Amino acid sequence: MSRLSVWLRRGLRALRHPLGGDGDADGARSDLVLVGGLVVGVYALFTVMALLGPFDGVGNVLSQLETVTLLVLVYVMLALALNLQWGYAGLLNLGVAGFMAIGAYTMAMLSAAPDATVPGLGLPLVVGIVGGFLAATLFGALTALPAIRLRADYLAIVTLAFSEIIRLVVRSEAASEFTIAGQRLGTGGANTFPLPPNPVKVLLYENPSEPLVAAVDSPTVAGDLMLEIADVFNLSASQAENILYTLLLLIPVGAFYLLLTRIGNSPFGRVLRAIREDELVAGSLGKNTRRFKITTFAVGCGLMGLAAILWQLQGQGRLSPGTFEPELTFFVFVALILGGSGSNTGSVVGGIVFAAVLLEGPRALKRVVDENFDVSADPDTIIEASQGVEPLFAYLLSDSSIEALRFIMLGVVLVYLMQRQPQGLLGHRRGQAATVSLPTREEEEP
Amino acid sequence: MTATQSTEATREREGESDDPSEGTTTAGPILAVEQLRKGFGGIQAVDGATFEVAPGSITGLIGPNGAGKSTTFDLITGVYSPDSGRVRFDGTDITGWRPDRVARRGLVRSFQIARELAGMTVMENVMLAPPDQLGERFWPAVLPGFRGRVAEQERELRERAWETLEFLELDDLAGERAGALSGGQRKLLELARVLMTEPEMILLDEPMAGVNPTLERKLLDRLQELSDHGYTFLLVEHDMDVVMEHCDPVIVLHQGEVLAQGPPAAIKSNERVLEAYLGGEVEA
Amino acid sequence: MAVRDNPGRVLSSLRVNLLPALLAVLGLVLLLDLGRRLVIGGLTLSALVRFLWTGLVRGMAIGLAGIGLSLTYSILGFANFAHGDYITVGAFAGWVTTFVVAGVGSVGLDLLVLVSSDASAGELGINVLSTPVAIAAGLVVAAGITALVTVALDRVVFRPMRDANGIALLIASVGVALALRYTLLILFSGSVRTLTTDVPTTAVGVGSGEVVFRAHDVTVVVLAGLLMLGTHLLLQYTKLGTAMRAMADNKELALVTGIPTERVVRTTWILGGALTGAAGFLIALQLGGMSTTLGWDRLLLVFAAVILGGVGSIYGAIVGGLIIGITIRLSLVWLPNELSIASAFVVLVFMLLVRPNGLLGGVETV
Ligand SMILES: Nc1ncnc2c1ncn2[C@@H]1O[C@H](COP(=O)(O)OP(=O)(O)O)[C@@H](O)[C@H]1O
Ligand SMILES: [Mg+2]
Repeated sequence: MSRLSVWLRRGLRALRHPLGGDGDADGARSDLVLVGGLVVGVYALFTVMALLGPFDGVGNVLSQLETVTLLVLVYVMLALALNLQWGYAGLLNLGVAGFMAIGAYTMAMLSAAPDATVPGLGLPLVVGIVGGFLAATLFGALTALPAIRLRADYLAIVTLAFSEIIRLVVRSEAASEFTIAGQRLGTGGANTFPLPPNPVKVLLYENPSEPLVAAVDSPTVAGDLMLEIADVFNLSASQAENILYTLLLLIPVGAFYLLLTRIGNSPFGRVLRAIREDELVAGSLGKNTRRFKITTFAVGCGLMGLAAILWQLQGQGRLSPGTFEPELTFFVFVALILGGSGSNTGSVVGGIVFAAVLLEGPRALKRVVDENFDVSADPDTIIEASQGVEPLFAYLLSDSSIEALRFIMLGVVLVYLMQRQPQGLLGHRRGQAATVSLPTREEEEP
Repeated sequence: MTATQSTEATREREGESDDPSEGTTTAGPILAVEQLRKGFGGIQAVDGATFEVAPGSITGLIGPNGAGKSTTFDLITGVYSPDSGRVRFDGTDITGWRPDRVARRGLVRSFQIARELAGMTVMENVMLAPPDQLGERFWPAVLPGFRGRVAEQERELRERAWETLEFLELDDLAGERAGALSGGQRKLLELARVLMTEPEMILLDEPMAGVNPTLERKLLDRLQELSDHGYTFLLVEHDMDVVMEHCDPVIVLHQGEVLAQGPPAAIKSNERVLEAYLGGEVEA
Repeated sequence: MAVRDNPGRVLSSLRVNLLPALLAVLGLVLLLDLGRRLVIGGLTLSALVRFLWTGLVRGMAIGLAGIGLSLTYSILGFANFAHGDYITVGAFAGWVTTFVVAGVGSVGLDLLVLVSSDASAGELGINVLSTPVAIAAGLVVAAGITALVTVALDRVVFRPMRDANGIALLIASVGVALALRYTLLILFSGSVRTLTTDVPTTAVGVGSGEVVFRAHDVTVVVLAGLLMLGTHLLLQYTKLGTAMRAMADNKELALVTGIPTERVVRTTWILGGALTGAAGFLIALQLGGMSTTLGWDRLLLVFAAVILGGVGSIYGAIVGGLIIGITIRLSLVWLPNELSIASAFVVLVFMLLVRPNGLLGGVETV
């Protein structure tokens, strides 16, 4: 018990001073205020939109907030991992989606039941998660080993090609089911790959692998509690479960942040920044730049794989090769550049702004418009749509057009950022590159 | 920085010295360059340069603009691979080694056009330089168990960095972005980084360009002092008075070849050297 | 000297010596296996010729599309990720024109401008023999519109960033790619539409079987070949061509020599854009259908071709395109259809590891 309290206190201290020991506590506090304010703002905005949309009880509002939060957390993790590679070391990895796919599919193949629709090895989920993380790390290292000496633009093209190879192989008939050493395995090919129940389900239900309708009939003690709370808020079981999952996801996200700020503020991170600024200088001072770059690339890829696993395990949990298209990689880049590459706080801010405003915002807005404006026209083509204001409006607000408009907006934002604000929102705000505080000379307190 | 630190200690840290011939070089040259050649397209920048540098010396490398001095540095330190020729350092053939490996072997250089890490502060630039920092390894950087040791080493390095910056009169600028420095200050920062690595031998490419005369005197005194402690310098310098006063021997490079070498007095009166300087662009 | 004291050195010597040797051995093994299959009958001669022919067809289209990318890559110093979507712009601009010319008055406007999601070209009967004028008009407009679009986008996006580094431009071009593709999606919707019908074919007996030559495949090879030849003449024998080559060779030097850079840049976009648009039109012609992802789906192939041939070299782009096209088709001897594209990427990756500057050396800028 006392051990626990020590851990807790340490954790709290770490949160208060994420920049480490005698690090830049002021900066950390103002970052916290910034991120906190942003989160409050996003929640306020989405609550208003949820209330204006088809209002369907408190549970529904909470559930919509949960959807945004999950996406935000996923993109925060991905942006942080990419920041390590691109923001710190200047490694232009356009294969993010591929490394995510490797992490997620390895996890699935290790942990899926041998008799499931897509068979796996049936190992415990923990093994699958660790295995997926390690596989993504290993693939990252294997890619980096030869590719790291390429020019930045060639590295970009090679990593993009690599991620497309992964995706094409995963979705191929040949990989959809095969046998190795008498063991049936597969990726499910172009179809979805149902994942084993996530830890939250295991926590809540006696038979977590049953479909939800059946699983709720035999909850565990924790499950009972959750269902009762869910009742109060008028939440369905699946909504409540998702909310719990997303809340628990805060733990790994916090761990990502701490890990990456720690790397960033260490002498290791200092070398990475030197490499990004001028690799020859780092080399001329005796730093084995290749080793640093390969390590960084591998670790970043592993974290991307892990983020993909934590993302995909949520809810019903199904992998689909379509998830891991190059667009996903570009999303992460937009998030990172928006927040400011080079800054971990920037990555967090970028993840929040990107996922909430650019990714989820248009959808929520569409719900509001659908609910409050009665648009009867339903044109099929842009020509029909251009007959008048209302048809045009209706055309642009159709589901497919909203998706497309979102991408157009992303493209415009990306161009704008590169032209006007390559630093992003917070790019200037990088932590100092040292474990101890630098500009002052006073002796440390013991 | 601690000028008294022995070069032995520097060598100790080198995990790479399992060549039996190493470390027994007190008599021979510390650096030997043989028939070094490098062309860029049509330009033969270095054309058969051959010379040696004795340990503990401050050897001057002079020559008119475009003589190939900087390129020779680049070839020695692995920025470029020579088209042909050999570079031996302290008994080891280091021809074609990558820059980081050359530096870890104990041979560090400064750049003629200062390459400050513009986005990092002056202090961060300097803290980067020391070799074998524990926190530069991945696991010690992230695992909590190493935290104390990493921080302790960082504090030590910070102390040394302060001393170096004070000596070079850069301490007021410690928290500035290196990109905001003036030309002379950048050259000093370049020098600060090199000194922080504590190598056995330092190649300096016009280190004093743009530095005020008082500080220049101080720097030259320090070079002298360091060389008395066993450090070796190869110094490219355009100011002939400086070269004549501080360098011995002096090597003259002309069109990528060694034109003459010897004690400063002899060089000063060498007909061919004068001709080369008058024939090329007149410097100094 | 002993290699034991540096693992990095071992690695790089492996790369320099072993990897190419390994690849050569692999190539030889594949070649021998090809021979073996031909002899024992796993692969008929006609099938092999068919693979080579269709590979040539695709390679010509990719190579043509690659010229523009290669030119802008070397002159402006960045990898343009919007290039794939320039291909799509060309395809749509051209085919709208072809439909209008071929079918004006006979079918509805929706169909003519390709926006109807149930677009079926059946009634129009477009193919190169029955509607040659419509096809020719489409090709010209495809080239023209794409050139305009690329110049306009250069104005808005890339020109303000002339001083930025290649990576910033690369990322901006990703933004252009997204915006362009999804604008087309809104305008034309995402369906795959059929463009041609009743394409004439000729069968030629080869060995025990026969190879079918489709009129559109032949058209693509001939037209792409002519356009390549024209580009060659333009670059070789006009003053502007000389200026462009000079800039691709050495930008700084060209600047010093007083070559009007902005004019050369604009010409580069016009020429590159026109060829790219034409390539988009021809690719759609050859496929007989298209959607808004036509170009994006081929972007990496075009990059592969350009890098394979060496950035900055138009002949490299052509040769690279042929290698990629033939690789894709020939890989079918060993691989299932769905992995044939991946085989081209594998070739690209290995190529970059062995010869980072391209097969033909290429002109290095940046
Ligand atoms: N990277 C390079 N590319 C082309 N030419 C170069 C390059 N580096 C140096 N040179 C040429 O090599 C010659 C020697 O240059 P350098 O070594 O800088 O001379 P120094 O330092 O003695 O003034 C010069 O003619 C210079 O223009
Ligand atoms: Mg020089």
